[in-house]
Amino acid sequence: MYAYDEYDKQIVTERAGQFKDQVRRRVDGKLSEEQFVPLRLMNGLYKQRHAYMLRVAVPYGLLSSEQLRKLAHIAREYDRGYGHFTTRQNIQYNWPELGDVPKILEELAEVEMHAIQTSGNCVRNVTTDHLAGVAPDELEDPRPYCELLRQWSTFHPEFTYLPRKFKIAFTGAKNDRAAVIVHDIGVRLVEGDGGEVGFEIIVGGGLGRTPVLGATIREFLPKKHLLSYTEAILRVYNQFGDRDNKYKARIKILVKTLGVDEFSRRVEEEWSRIKNGALTLTDEEIERVKAHFTPHDYDESAVEGQKALEQKLENNLQFRAWHNCNTDDHRADGYRVVYLSLKTPDVPPGDATADQMDAIADLSDRYSFGELRVSHEQNLVFTDVEVGDLYELWQALDELELATPNIGKLTDMICCPGLDYCALANAASIPIAHQINERFDELEELYDLGDLKIKMSGCINACGHHHVGHIGILGIDKRGEDWYQIMLGGSAENDASLGRWLGPAIAKTDVADAVEDIVEVYLENRQGGEPFLQTVRRVGFDPFKERVYADH
Amino acid sequence: MQIIEKQDGDLRITEDKFRKLIPEEDADLAALELPDGPLLVSLGLWRARRDELLDRDVGVFVEAEERLDEIVDDLEHLSLIALDFPHFRDGRSYSKARLLRERYDFGGQIRAVGDVHHDQLFFMRRCGFDAFDLAEDFDLEEALQGFEKYSVNYQPAVDEEKPLFRRVRRSIPE
Repeated sequence: MYAYDEYDKQIVTERAGQFKDQVRRRVDGKLSEEQFVPLRLMNGLYKQRHAYMLRVAVPYGLLSSEQLRKLAHIAREYDRGYGHFTTRQNIQYNWPELGDVPKILEELAEVEMHAIQTSGNCVRNVTTDHLAGVAPDELEDPRPYCELLRQWSTFHPEFTYLPRKFKIAFTGAKNDRAAVIVHDIGVRLVEGDGGEVGFEIIVGGGLGRTPVLGATIREFLPKKHLLSYTEAILRVYNQFGDRDNKYKARIKILVKTLGVDEFSRRVEEEWSRIKNGALTLTDEEIERVKAHFTPHDYDESAVEGQKALEQKLENNLQFRAWHNCNTDDHRADGYRVVYLSLKTPDVPPGDATADQMDAIADLSDRYSFGELRVSHEQNLVFTDVEVGDLYELWQALDELELATPNIGKLTDMICCPGLDYCALANAASIPIAHQINERFDELEELYDLGDLKIKMSGCINACGHHHVGHIGILGIDKRGEDWYQIMLGGSAENDASLGRWLGPAIAKTDVADAVEDIVEVYLENRQGGEPFLQTVRRVGFDPFKERVYADH
Repeated sequence: MQIIEKQDGDLRITEDKFRKLIPEEDADLAALELPDGPLLVSLGLWRARRDELLDRDVGVFVEAEERLDEIVDDLEHLSLIALDFPHFRDGRSYSKARLLRERYDFGGQIRAVGDVHHDQLFFMRRCGFDAFDLAEDFDLEEALQGFEKYSVNYQPAVDEEKPLFRRVRRSIPE
């Protein structure tokens, strides 16, 4: 993974010092709360319903065991003993004291971490495929390019006050696991004529109040132009994006207003002026950053564990269920990817305790080269586990309640913090997740259902990505009560589509019933092994509507 | 009125020598009296009285909404361009400053005006601003310290032609 050099270190250390000074000026009364707001927001510090929330960047979701131990320590020392992993592959602390935040930043800097640009109207943490570098379907590892963009965007003087926040995602694989189509900029690594690898640039996707799938504005961009082309996009957006209405300020609205052709014409025009300038990446710089992401030293004899594994799978039903559901193919023979489910019943989706984090760090040292990833579906991932270690690892994870075999299944829900924490939320989301979990905790049932993704948000800002859930749930406030709207048919993968509303909102107590109705209709209508999404697309909404609203 | 501006290569607190002439929207621009001395005028006034102003010590105030197109051909006649920050969150003028310096080679003063905060000076200076008319409640002496926020910059801007990777040799992991 990327290791800081002296320059990277200096920047995060100076940042921690800066914020210490800003907090001091705030505490001394030299800064009003109003003046302090933009400063704390630049540093990922939000005021939540009950307390401050600090969002720490996990660049493209990659963590070392040492970093995870530090995150555990911070949870224990400065928070209430847990942290919340987000859909943007970051971690949030819900209860830090303002006065402790400078100390937290200093501690983070010790392990090459920070909270820079985790909020505010700037370029946010760049996200990517959680299987980057190990996925069998990958053209090239996108992480070096994420890191190059991270550095370019850090304290970019021109783009610190954009019309609105700006999210960039990369994928290097055939199957898009990073939802690049719903980002402000989505980048796909693609092969050009002659086999050269470069980028397809997609702009203007996003969820929130106005969900839009992005449009390709450049089919092929040579690698060396990554920074200058991104600068051109941002410069067009910074000048022409809407500044009057925050709900019209995202780049997707500008792209819509101008039309894709005109937007892309402006970008190309701007780019033609700066192309081949100082921002052009040198081969040396690309190679330097790539050298941080070389594949691990895989042991060729790891395949020898396969036989023992098969025997264990044969003999242990539970282990087999976990193996089928929570592990994935790896590029190297004798290795598998292991998902640690943070969707255990009775725990808010994405939460992990300090003790769990410490234990996970130890396990990653023992079984996965001391590294792990945060997935945008709010689970953790060990990407490099020898097949011969899987049984032992499963036992250890089971002990830690991190082995619920539900990855990609109905109870692997994406869910925002909702009304329980968030000042923006209109309705609770975590209790609904519980309700659905309880209903579907018969694990066998889950396997029969195949891939069925539920995504839930507590307000229209759509942090839970409900538009791209196979089943999307949106909490709304109706005369002081929590009500829920249900949509079907969304997806953020290669077959991307936005879900559509099923019908009127339903009461809090009926949500699990409605989900069960939907699942029943699916089971009755599916043909062969047809996944949920296909059935919905084939039979349409009517049978679902009829069942869900039959008793209401 | 006091501002921070670059003089002889250093940022200093100085007395602003320009007199602001930013008429109301419905003012009769043709009839307006143009006082003696250095003047900072609105884009509208510049447009209306360009011929009289051409040979004077004059600056143009460009609002965040307004485009640079109308003045880029006149830059040789201007000693100052003031770029507006109607709210600190409105970042359009950062791009304008860079374009003025990097694309149009403007060598006169570029001044940040409006909701200009202490903690933004660093970014503004990097984009080519060399004068700062701060929002009321910021202490100028203290603000002078706000320019040296970070000693390392990854990306090129007006103050630094090359990105870090073209300036220094960065280490490669073993």
